[in-house]
Amino acid sequence: MEIIQTDVAIVGAGGAGLRAAIALAEADPALSVALVSKVYPMRSHTCAAEGGAAGVIKADDSLDHHFNDTVGGGDWLCDQDAVEYLVREAPKELIQLEHWGCPWSREADGSVAVRPFGGMKKQRTWFAADKSGFHILHTLFQTSLQFPSIRRFDEYYATELLVGEGRCAGFTAIEMRSGQMRRFDARAVIIAGGGAGRMFPFTTNGAVKTGDGMALAYRAGVPLKDMEFVQYHPTGLPSTGTLLTEACRGEGGVLLNRNGRRFLQDYGMGPETPLGHPVLKTMELGPRDRVSQAFWHEQKKGNAVSTQWGDAMLLDMRHLGEKTINERLPLVRDMSISYMSVDPVTDPVPVRPVVHYMMGGIHTDIQAATSLPGLYAAGECACVSINGANRLGSNSLTELLVFGRRAAMSAMEYVRSGARAAGDAVLAAAEAAAQARIRGLLQRSGGTETVAGLRKEMMRIMEQHAGIYRSGEGLADACSKLAELRRRYGGIELHDKTNVYNTDLLQALELGSMLDCAEALAQSALARKESRGAHQRLDFTERDDKNFLRHSLAHYRGAEPPRMAYSDVVITRSQPGVRDYSGGHE
Amino acid sequence: MSERRVELEVLRYNPETDREPRFQRYSVACREEWVVLDALNHVKESVDPTLSYRWSCHMAVCGSCGMMINGEPKLACKAFLRDYAGVIRVEPLAHFPIERDLVTVIDDFMLKLKRVKPYLLPAQAKPIAEGAYRQTPAELKKFKQYTLCINCMLCYAACPEYGLIPKYIGPAAIALAHRYNQDSRDGGRDERQEEIAATEGVWECSFVGACSEVCPEHVDPAGAIQQVKIRSTVDWYAEHLMPWLKK
Repeated sequence: MEIIQTDVAIVGAGGAGLRAAIALAEADPALSVALVSKVYPMRSHTCAAEGGAAGVIKADDSLDHHFNDTVGGGDWLCDQDAVEYLVREAPKELIQLEHWGCPWSREADGSVAVRPFGGMKKQRTWFAADKSGFHILHTLFQTSLQFPSIRRFDEYYATELLVGEGRCAGFTAIEMRSGQMRRFDARAVIIAGGGAGRMFPFTTNGAVKTGDGMALAYRAGVPLKDMEFVQYHPTGLPSTGTLLTEACRGEGGVLLNRNGRRFLQDYGMGPETPLGHPVLKTMELGPRDRVSQAFWHEQKKGNAVSTQWGDAMLLDMRHLGEKTINERLPLVRDMSISYMSVDPVTDPVPVRPVVHYMMGGIHTDIQAATSLPGLYAAGECACVSINGANRLGSNSLTELLVFGRRAAMSAMEYVRSGARAAGDAVLAAAEAAAQARIRGLLQRSGGTETVAGLRKEMMRIMEQHAGIYRSGEGLADACSKLAELRRRYGGIELHDKTNVYNTDLLQALELGSMLDCAEALAQSALARKESRGAHQRLDFTERDDKNFLRHSLAHYRGAEPPRMAYSDVVITRSQPGVRDYSGGHE
Repeated sequence: MSERRVELEVLRYNPETDREPRFQRYSVACREEWVVLDALNHVKESVDPTLSYRWSCHMAVCGSCGMMINGEPKLACKAFLRDYAGVIRVEPLAHFPIERDLVTVIDDFMLKLKRVKPYLLPAQAKPIAEGAYRQTPAELKKFKQYTLCINCMLCYAACPEYGLIPKYIGPAAIALAHRYNQDSRDGGRDERQEEIAATEGVWECSFVGACSEVCPEHVDPAGAIQQVKIRSTVDWYAEHLMPWLKK
């Protein structure tokens, strides 16, 4: 097997991976960096983020405000030392992107413009129209091209981490073009592999979001933290799940039920604010968990709008006018027309909550380090945690910059501390085992299961039992069915047994990642007998700080369900309180 | 809910098992609002798991699913079935080598993109502590359109010059170089000119304009190329006929 030697290897070349690679190249051009991704960098899902990135920049704002909004938004499950670091670094990172050419939208005087976002008390979301993630990704990718120390390996799928002598020593990966396996020997590895929204059938997530990075770390013994917290974005197109950014509401769009009522006022987010004059942190600018939950209740009451794709609510932007919509929300208009045949200038757009983001992920500390020496993680695949039980919109683009860079600095310190590669014999054995596992899957015959069949069953289970509201009974059912699916996964036979760009094999491996993540999610949700943020239990309807103000840690146990453990939440200065999104919160 | 049976004729090629590309027919029950990508996904899931193609976002921003659809370069996620009658022929993007089925080899573009230095080269480095540059909405507007390129390669598949002269840097890479040249924060135009104003640069373009017609993001690379030509011509005159202007 061909061996690629590098100082630092990064798995994933989206926002976090690229930011990490550039940080390493700038800090020490002598360090070799391998940037490995199953897709070309510009295909990474960071490109689909629309609304913007939060960072304090305006005179009326403060780091304390950003901190308080984030911690309260996360229902006090955030680690507050991590949030302090995030809000402090955020403006620097956003200015850095500006210096690299990011086309942020501007005020008339040439300063960077910011827009309101859900759950944020002040305007602090930097944006590039409604393609903020796209511009961040391309700015980072294009900037990365100037550094000779970054060597890219596009369309390589990492299959497993190599662990020797208690340290992460690299990983094996399949080069899609040849189907050949390569071994990456690295003194430090950063995982920046993104989320896992494709476990669910209705999601804003692109096809690439299959939890591969999470599964890599999990199987190597690093726990997955707070996996039960899945964010539903309130406004997806019911036909395709395509995201309509929260900026629609930030700019003044409102949500209506079938009677034309702005129903959020009936769920603790009122009183109603004047049309066209959005008020921060209330009504349509409430946090995503509360808005999605309100829709669920409206649906139960029969107040939803029916469409051929199921129940929906209406996102009314007509009062914004064509000029504002074209300037601030051009993608939203284009997609509403293309995929729904509805023009937001003239008609309200049907929308419904859609799986959008994993608050949980690979357990890291505030330095982006995992419990496995030499292994770091950043971005959606990681859980630091700055998002707690519910992420505020526009904190994730900031997070991938701040912690992408942080992971790079930690990896560099680790490499400089004299970390060396594990012994050859250990790595050779691990490599052979990794190769055998892929060969086994590729060549297996007599199997009765298919990738598409198992994937469909997994999605059905997740939608049915791990959605906006959950019950102990449903989650227990999900756990046993997912365990069964993981067993049946061993009976998959591929139709495609060739080497070159074998997407049947790729999808089988992705399904394996998703099943492991799904089981960790369901088990964590079953064990959390309270309602907090995005995790709502019909059988435990209240937040329970006595027993559950702590992080869930799911530890991998092979064919067995994960072992659950817990760790304390870091509280520095904000004691758990009431999340108040009524108009009277000031 | 209305359904419609759609006949797809898809180019297949596996270098390990096929001597040359061939077409395969799939008859698919489709929903009226589907795009070609939905139909391909249906084939992949329910009919033929061996079919290979790239896709991810399904919202025309990741740039993965560029294909020839009835001979035209399109994003499969924005090619609506309602716009096609009869058999729909799906092929890999023209002018690129086929890796397998609908997957093309895009190494050539990746190398060219790097060559044009598509990153900000500020005249003077600015420390983070000094804050953001000022850039007025009017200054932003001068290059914003060219930032919208999603690297989907449709313009290369449409460009007759690129088909004839593979060394041509091509529309997207030139548009991205122009994007940085037009940015008020940039000072790197001279460095980029060496690539884009060279013989394999803008002068290969015969202004057919096909690139701008197929661009799903309305970047207008043809417009960028013409602007580069004009600027280069002005450079030439300034250097050769009016050297005192350079002082």
